[in-house]
Amino acid sequence: MAWTWPTAAFFIVIVCSIITMGVWEKFSPGGNPRRGVFGIDTTRGDRLFISWLGTGFIHLGWLAFIGTPLWGALALAIGWFVFVFRKV
Amino acid sequence: MRKSTNQKAWWLVAPVLLLVAFNAFIPLMTVVNYSLQETFGDNVFFWEGLTWFEQVLRSERFHASLMRQLLFTSMILAIEVPLGIAVALSMPRKGPWVSVCLVLMALPLLIPWNVVGAMWNIFALPDIGLLGYSLNSMGFDYNFTQQPVSAWMTTVVMDVWHWTSLIVLLCYAGLCSIPDAYYQAARIDGASGWAVFRYIQLPKMKRVLTIAILLRFMDSFMIYTEPFVLTGGGPGNTTTFLSIDLVKIALGQFDLGPAAAMSLIYFLVVLLICWVFYTLMMRNEAQ
Amino acid sequence: MNRKWILPTLYILFLMLPIYGLLTMSFKTTNEILGGFSFFPQQFTLDNYIKIFTDPTWYNGYINSLIYVVINTVISVSVALPAAYAFSRYRFLGDKHLFFWLLTNRMAPPAVFALPFFQLYSAIELFDTHFAVALAHCLFNIPLAVWILEGFMSGIPKELDETAYLDGYSFWRFFIRIFVPTIAAGIGVAAFFCFMYSWVELLLAKTLTSVDAKPIAATMTRTASTSGYELGLLAAAGSLTIIPGAIVIYFVRNYIAKGFALGRV
Repeated sequence: MAWTWPTAAFFIVIVCSIITMGVWEKFSPGGNPRRGVFGIDTTRGDRLFISWLGTGFIHLGWLAFIGTPLWGALALAIGWFVFVFRKV
Repeated sequence: MRKSTNQKAWWLVAPVLLLVAFNAFIPLMTVVNYSLQETFGDNVFFWEGLTWFEQVLRSERFHASLMRQLLFTSMILAIEVPLGIAVALSMPRKGPWVSVCLVLMALPLLIPWNVVGAMWNIFALPDIGLLGYSLNSMGFDYNFTQQPVSAWMTTVVMDVWHWTSLIVLLCYAGLCSIPDAYYQAARIDGASGWAVFRYIQLPKMKRVLTIAILLRFMDSFMIYTEPFVLTGGGPGNTTTFLSIDLVKIALGQFDLGPAAAMSLIYFLVVLLICWVFYTLMMRNEAQ
Repeated sequence: MNRKWILPTLYILFLMLPIYGLLTMSFKTTNEILGGFSFFPQQFTLDNYIKIFTDPTWYNGYINSLIYVVINTVISVSVALPAAYAFSRYRFLGDKHLFFWLLTNRMAPPAVFALPFFQLYSAIELFDTHFAVALAHCLFNIPLAVWILEGFMSGIPKELDETAYLDGYSFWRFFIRIFVPTIAAGIGVAAFFCFMYSWVELLLAKTLTSVDAKPIAATMTRTASTSGYELGLLAAAGSLTIIPGAIVIYFVRNYIAKGFALGRV
């Protein structure tokens, strides 16, 4: 499958984020849906998914219009994560 | 239905999870790995970083096939949805003809996709096919292997032929769930045909119609076999949609890196659409 | 009022025309096909069909296709049954996300997976077997079966389960003896849809086979590439692929919409 360290790290980070959500939910349940700024009901898991999906598109957009390096996109993505988890 | 919480239910889901994950995760990981590397065969790989993504995102070719894809998808939706609704509305509700109609209409859905392509290819051949011959003898200059416009029209009509029945069947099922009492009430109130459609039939069809439109959107977005067999993406590149282009790059030119990067971008777009679909559908269900 | 039948009739006529074109062509000789267009076969011949039924490379294609389609249907439905029960009856951690993830696999473009699938199934030495295609088609058929079955199961009141448990049934005994017969119609529809999607798919089936398990759809592409040469044969092979679908459609005609709506009409 032609593994490299960066791709392995990428998948490990995603898996860890999902496990974190499970552990968080187990020790401090709060997974009931709430209605956020977009008018949709989301649980914590949904917010994680929206964050990751958005991160993907932010990086692709940065690559298409500005190019490497991607530090700016990373900063934007972290901002997006914070926004989604607090407001959506 | 009120559901009870039971974490052991995971065990019932486990076999599905294993089988689908086997088919979904391993290929996905492989694609991610390829998308960042260059290979000349023999399992030797070189690190390329994000070059392929940048190249694909900025390539004219990718933009062109994405545009063709979007144009194709919007064209077939614009034709299939109104046509499907109209046919469903005028179908008989009862009687012996219902079964005949349903079976005949469902027939195209069960034909293998490459046979659909081959059938239309034969049907549209300019000198010996039924459609091609008739159009040419009526004085139209029609040759789908050479004229881009003819090729486009044939591809679109083929998709309409193939999939409109799906919308008809779904809308028809929605219409059949309307109790007769609603129509009687409307008749007593002297409601016009349009009013009946707008305030009784359309709301009842809303849920199935959402499913139908989004299914059609997604299936047409990944259409491969039918246009490939019909036109082979030609003449030139005029009917090369996303999937066809992808297969050309991956298997035709064996450029694994760019093909993998393109797959991932394609996959992200599909994932976004899926999520919108799911959210919309669950919202409908909650209401 | 009663001019309503015109539109469905015209629509069905439109659906039948290409099929008619295919059928007539399958009864023509190659010379007649290439000689020009005719609405009816002039020299009616069954040669094309005889060739398909006597040449093993042709009829094996049908047998191969049917084998992997049946294996796939059996695997998909039997695995999906308990999972659909879990989704329709219980809430558990991550249930909605799991359900959504299954949906994304139903929507994943097969073109994306073609090459990795080839390598994966070569690596586990299943390449060119019926099992490879059957397993690969699970990618989109299991999610589909889960969705359809979940829709049917949600329509069955929970009291049925509760009464059975009170009567001392164990879970599996209740599930197999009572629950499965109750949703027999749903299982039929799910099986039909698995059959159908596995039957119509070509890209993965073609990628994962070369000789021993080559599906009919791939056998047909051989004549298509030698364009024009064996059109009659191609038409006959195509006509024959319509028959299994036409037969099974008849049995599920009243449920087919429910299946396409993923059990949600």
